[in-house]
Amino acid sequence: MNEVKVFSEAIQYIKIEVGEEFYGVDISIIDNIVRMQRITRVPNVAPYIKGVINLRGEIVPIMNLRLKMGLEEIEYSKTTRIIIIKTENFGKIGLIVDAVKEVVALEEDQIEKLPYDNSDENHFVNAVGKVDGSLVSLLDINVVLYDKSSREEA
Amino acid sequence: MDVSQYLDVFIDESKEHLQNLNTQILDLEQEPGNMDTINEIFRAAHTLKGMAGTMGYKRMQNLTHNMENVFSEVRNGEAKVNAAIVDVLFQCLDALDEYVSNIQSTGDEGDNDNENLIKVFNDFLEGKSSEGEAAKEEKSEAKEAEPEKAAVAETADSSDEDASWKSIKFAESQLVVMKEAIKEGKKVIGLTVTVQESCILKAARAFLVYKAVEELGEIIVSNPSAQDIEDEKFDLEFSLIVISDSDIEALKSAATNVSEIEKAVGGYVQLDGAPAEEKAVEKNESEPENKPAVVADKKPSTVDSGANAASVNKAADKKKPVVNRTVRVDIEKLDDLMNLVSELIIAKNSLVSAATTKGASTNNVNEQIEYLESVTTNLHESVMKVRMVPIESVVNKFPRMIRDLQKKLGKKMELYMSGEETELDRTVVDEIGDPLMHLLRNSADHGIEDDVNLRKERGKPEAGSIWLDAYQDGNNVVIEVRDDGNGIDVAAVRNKAIERGTITEEQAASMSDPEIINLLFLPSFSTAKQVSDISGRGVGLDVVKSKIESLSGEVDVKSVYGEGSKWTIRLPLTLAIIQSLMVVIGGEKYAIPLGNIQTIESIVPDEIRTVQQKEVINLRGSVIPIIRLNEVLGCESTRKPEEDYIVVVVKKGDVQAGLVIDELTGQQEIVIKSLGKYINKSKVISGATILGDGEVALIIDPNALI
Repeated sequence: MNEVKVFSEAIQYIKIEVGEEFYGVDISIIDNIVRMQRITRVPNVAPYIKGVINLRGEIVPIMNLRLKMGLEEIEYSKTTRIIIIKTENFGKIGLIVDAVKEVVALEEDQIEKLPYDNSDENHFVNAVGKVDGSLVSLLDINVVLYDKSSREEA
Repeated sequence: MDVSQYLDVFIDESKEHLQNLNTQILDLEQEPGNMDTINEIFRAAHTLKGMAGTMGYKRMQNLTHNMENVFSEVRNGEAKVNAAIVDVLFQCLDALDEYVSNIQSTGDEGDNDNENLIKVFNDFLEGKSSEGEAAKEEKSEAKEAEPEKAAVAETADSSDEDASWKSIKFAESQLVVMKEAIKEGKKVIGLTVTVQESCILKAARAFLVYKAVEELGEIIVSNPSAQDIEDEKFDLEFSLIVISDSDIEALKSAATNVSEIEKAVGGYVQLDGAPAEEKAVEKNESEPENKPAVVADKKPSTVDSGANAASVNKAADKKKPVVNRTVRVDIEKLDDLMNLVSELIIAKNSLVSAATTKGASTNNVNEQIEYLESVTTNLHESVMKVRMVPIESVVNKFPRMIRDLQKKLGKKMELYMSGEETELDRTVVDEIGDPLMHLLRNSADHGIEDDVNLRKERGKPEAGSIWLDAYQDGNNVVIEVRDDGNGIDVAAVRNKAIERGTITEEQAASMSDPEIINLLFLPSFSTAKQVSDISGRGVGLDVVKSKIESLSGEVDVKSVYGEGSKWTIRLPLTLAIIQSLMVVIGGEKYAIPLGNIQTIESIVPDEIRTVQQKEVINLRGSVIPIIRLNEVLGCESTRKPEEDYIVVVVKKGDVQAGLVIDELTGQQEIVIKSLGKYINKSKVISGATILGDGEVALIIDPNALI
């Protein structure tokens, strides 16, 4: 999804904060960004699935990105947001992030692809972008959503 | 010309006509001499041909055309229907069905010419006694013309869609003239010219076309007649049959060179087809309206039709036609909806004014809310009605299936159907066909005894009977498939189950007959001693069961060995909106579908007993296992242990269970929403709904708990 495109136009990423780090999510897969709201728990699902919300009449499952990344769950704050991403296989899914920062545009030469790494920490990131001297890890959303059991279902 | 927009309608209507043909031909088989049936078949075949032609599906058109020829002969009493031709007709319907499915999935009819079928039809026509010679003669003429036709097949093909010239009748003398012309190496060309809608002096334009064409050849037939054309007694198109030395393209361009002519299409006249067409036109004077109607819809363009047809093909190639699923709605139902919507708007306005009026009394607002409630309930009902279609469309194909099975299995059987008009939600009707077919095949193959003598011994008539009954029962629709056949051999099932290791012998001993029979619904469980291609591969009943359960229905079987079996399918009337009981468990709100609920009981903790490590209650004589929902759902109950339990007794088939909940909040009509694919692993939760305050409540599926 966020592979480097052949044309040289910049790709826009939403810069989000999870834990102490900044991540970039390809803007083209983002449907919406909403504030924290009441989440209805769904029994017998993976711990990082917090439940479902009502997004204007649509039921959307919500995943806590901190938990998925193996971080501690923290209390939701004023800056906590749910970014709703649209996926081909699963429809809409919400990701709880600590904060949404800004939109960054990355040219092709600002993105450095990471070699495939099996260790867990870098698993979610498939490239790194350089913006104004700081680094933004670009999320591979397929890996983020990957879940053994859901893979079997699909 | 873009016909893709008519594709939906075409597929829908084709299916309808095919179904109609199936039914009628079945009737015909019973009563080979019934003129009404023959006429009806003829009409359906003719319409189908016209539609296929309009859409540019040449093979389909060709096949229906040949079929129509057969019926035209039958109708004129020149041929008799026999068993052989009925079989071929059914094959032909299957072939047409295949075309339609191909068109539906890919937009193309496929490349099966079904020449063998066409040949059988032709043989049938040739084989008939009267007029045989003339027909043969014409045919050989046609064969001579064949190579020519092939050479220009491209152009001739593309013009097929609007070929109203094809329906021109020929007098005997004209036929002779045409044959002569062909012998002399001239070409007989049919031409249909369409005048632009905006054209004012149609007659004048037509006259110019006449003149242009006459320069190239001799006009032998004109439809309407030259006089009528002169008097402007024609719609937008007229057809000519021309004998000429020039080819089609020359004629077409001559015609289109005249201004205000929208287009001219043409092709070489095939003399063998002509006589049949002639009869078609006689009886169906009103029929050709189909074609002009479509023609009139097209946007005027002066491009020649060859190019047009090509672009149609291209369009079809490009976007694979995803055919929308449609429901035909009675206009009255739509009017009702419209009325209700206007009432809804009025209700909203009243509510707004009631709320904004100074010193608004709660009474007034409540009154308006009640009004709003009644409007939305009615609206819901109306919308559901719009979605409802009779199951007729599905069950109609079964008589044909049973007929085929009868031949294949060599058993005599009859299918009796009732309640075809019973309505169900469109989505359910679409899905219910396969399970029903499985059950019917099952009855035909395993149900009805193979041995006629055995039937006689058992005091049953020689021919087996299968019944398909549908009726509405409260909020459910019940469909029953019954047969007077062998019934289920419980002992055989039991042995098979033990043999397969599905159950142990001890288990088998303690299981009741109905429980044993229910084993049949397990995957890969077939008791058929022989695997036939009709059923017995063990992929029947479990598929039936899971399909019906996916439609929130249930299936049940009762059987008496030696007397027959009865399969009962119970389906909810609607899927999207249900009545449900709202409950609270561990502080969370859940909905339990009302359809599953038997009773709600208050149980003193002492009444709960333990049997085989399972908690049960004795409710009016029956022992019911209880399920603590807070444990299943993984949350803490808010009730104190000494308090009475609230137990919701639910039922699945004959099995009951008591669900322990914390609190009841009431009954509510809820709209079912899917949880989405990402978290559909939770079996206990069948979906979610959005409550009045925007909160999400999950729907518990009691069937998954039992």
